[in-house]
Amino acid sequence: MQAMLAAALWPKRALAAGWNKDAFQAKTAADALKSIGAGSAAPSPDVVIDAPEIAENGAVVPIEITSNVPGTRSIAVVIDKNPFPLAAKFDFLDGAVPFVKVNVKMGESSNIRVIAEAGGRHYAAMKEVKVTIGGCGG
Amino acid sequence: MADPMKIRATLKGGGLADVRVLMNHPMETGLRKDADGKIVPQHFIQEVTVRVNGKAVIEGQISQAVSRNPVFSFRLKGVKAGDRLEISWLDNRGESNRTETAIA
Repeated sequence: MQAMLAAALWPKRALAAGWNKDAFQAKTAADALKSIGAGSAAPSPDVVIDAPEIAENGAVVPIEITSNVPGTRSIAVVIDKNPFPLAAKFDFLDGAVPFVKVNVKMGESSNIRVIAEAGGRHYAAMKEVKVTIGGCGG
Repeated sequence: MADPMKIRATLKGGGLADVRVLMNHPMETGLRKDADGKIVPQHFIQEVTVRVNGKAVIEGQISQAVSRNPVFSFRLKGVKAGDRLEISWLDNRGESNRTETAIA
């Protein structure tokens, strides 16, 4: 319902590719999730986050994400306590496996949420990463 | 002018290929101060596109939270040796870069 409402209010976003400014400028995880239509994602064991329990350097935190949800079309990464929580969103078209590995910056210890979208539904996983030295300035 | 990307695509069998790409980019958050105490303006990649034989297979949007000199790993399916892999990026200043290789 929420996703339908969002699509009705901002039809352009659903159709056009390009950088989702509203979502990336959201200052809370909840707002970022709403902006990508994932406000009501359900926890799923099929979304897998591989990230360190403790990251010594917040400037480079390696995270590896896999969605085993059949028909996954996109994966978003949200770092709750970063100034702008949405870190990345990848759309997977025919010919790509819903998997990505990337290094991210974390200003402080935080939950990392990964949201996979398949068939118009959102599936979430969460992992806490403790940061020894913040990487926000870097 | 942006430095070239480093890209590697390795066939794994079963039509799968692992792709690893390194992009040279400062990924400035706009929060960092330089030695004189001045804010370093935002400068970061916003869009990353992966194409196989000209067709988009991954379209990524990223923020300033991706680390400096971003490294991505992706996984492709339904590919074979000799397929043309192309990766491009666009940043918040409108600068862009693109590179291609053959899957091997």
